[in-house]
Amino acid sequence: MIVRELDLDLDAFEGPFDLLLTLVLKDELELREIDVAGIVMAFLERLAERDELDLEACGEFLVLIAALLELKARGLFPEEAAELAELEPEAAAEELARRLAEYRRMKEAAAWLRDRLDTEGDRFFRIGPAPLAPKVETPLAPQEPERLAAVLRMLAVPPPQVSLSHMALRFPPVSQFLERFRAVLRRRSRFDFDAEVAGLSRVEQAVAFLALLDMRRSGEITIEQAAPFAPIRVARENGEENPARDERTVSWTTVRSA
Amino acid sequence: MDDRPLRLIAANPLDQLARTLEALLVVASAPLDVDELAEAADDHPERVEAALRLVADRYREGRSGVVLEHVAGGWAFRASREAAAACSRLFEKPAQRNLSQASLETLAIVAYLGPCTRPDIARIRGVAADSAVANLVERGLIAEAGRDDHAGGAIRYRTTPLFERIFGLESLSELPRLDDLGADTEQIRERLHEVADLRSA
Repeated sequence: MIVRELDLDLDAFEGPFDLLLTLVLKDELELREIDVAGIVMAFLERLAERDELDLEACGEFLVLIAALLELKARGLFPEEAAELAELEPEAAAEELARRLAEYRRMKEAAAWLRDRLDTEGDRFFRIGPAPLAPKVETPLAPQEPERLAAVLRMLAVPPPQVSLSHMALRFPPVSQFLERFRAVLRRRSRFDFDAEVAGLSRVEQAVAFLALLDMRRSGEITIEQAAPFAPIRVARENGEENPARDERTVSWTTVRSA
Repeated sequence: MDDRPLRLIAANPLDQLARTLEALLVVASAPLDVDELAEAADDHPERVEAALRLVADRYREGRSGVVLEHVAGGWAFRASREAAAACSRLFEKPAQRNLSQASLETLAIVAYLGPCTRPDIARIRGVAADSAVANLVERGLIAEAGRDDHAGGAIRYRTTPLFERIFGLESLSELPRLDDLGADTEQIRERLHEVADLRSA
């Protein structure tokens, strides 16, 4: 198989590969119009038609197609070529000389470093991270007193109250009910617990009851309840007609279990 | 009565400071400059410099196995040169071992033109500088020094104090002047111009 005689049927060109190369080299064919992949496909198809791999043909084709690709790549990026082409030989020589001189100086500097390394090669010293204490830094730049005061005022504003309304359980202090009951007992010697806490929330009623127990424990009051769930009657301890102590205890237990 | 303190021994008034400097320098693993020493010793820089001269005289080649030297913009102890053979049997020098020509050229470019970018180096040497730069960074001879201001913002590199120390330089200004290097560049220029004349003719 002769690569040059490879028949091509491309959009921009129809004929043997050889002719295409000639036309390209003579600038009679715009290389950027040529689909190089198409050429490769044509070659591969031809290659597949044969049973054995023609290494010589492959090698030749690779060389030719690589050259073609390079030409095309250069054609597609014309700026650099134009930049260099615009230079007069004199200017080009000057530019080249400048670059060479620059490199030559660095090369000599490298040679100097190499020599230096030889003469200074017998220097041994400790290498390692310097265990330096951290530098003390001034935390703040100088500030204007007015600005400082303004900022402090900003900070001094009480933060907005966080709402706890979404939390169901709120316990009023027991002391609140202690005071309330004591006040009631100062006016009258006895009162009805249920009537006193009517209209309060369940939690408040519970706390009120705790206050009641507290007062009972300290002996301020006596508590009576006729039957489970019957109204709880509260009386001053030193009030008239004290009920029997045993009875009180019983009613107390009842209340508790209720 | 004279209330000056009684002085029994006529010692150099800088002796105390000199001892402090010795201590600081023996602990340090990198050169310390006068200001750092003065701050640590809590003394005046002028007095520190005078005391350093005292210490440097005490620790000099031929007199001590430890030598005080002014290097990389500071002061540091190193082993005396006569102990180099013994040192080399025990200690490795990883930073400068087997520096290739490419690495040395790259190092020279960074030392003279730094801070400079890899494209800067590649432009002068005509080949990509990536691996040489990476190698020098790994050795600790060059280090990153910010980014280029222009578009792209390539990383810029400069030489490290370790570079100056290994090459025994007090500072980069001790490098030979660039103008003194490349003596034959004029010759190259003339030859190139001759070629250019031939072509344009």
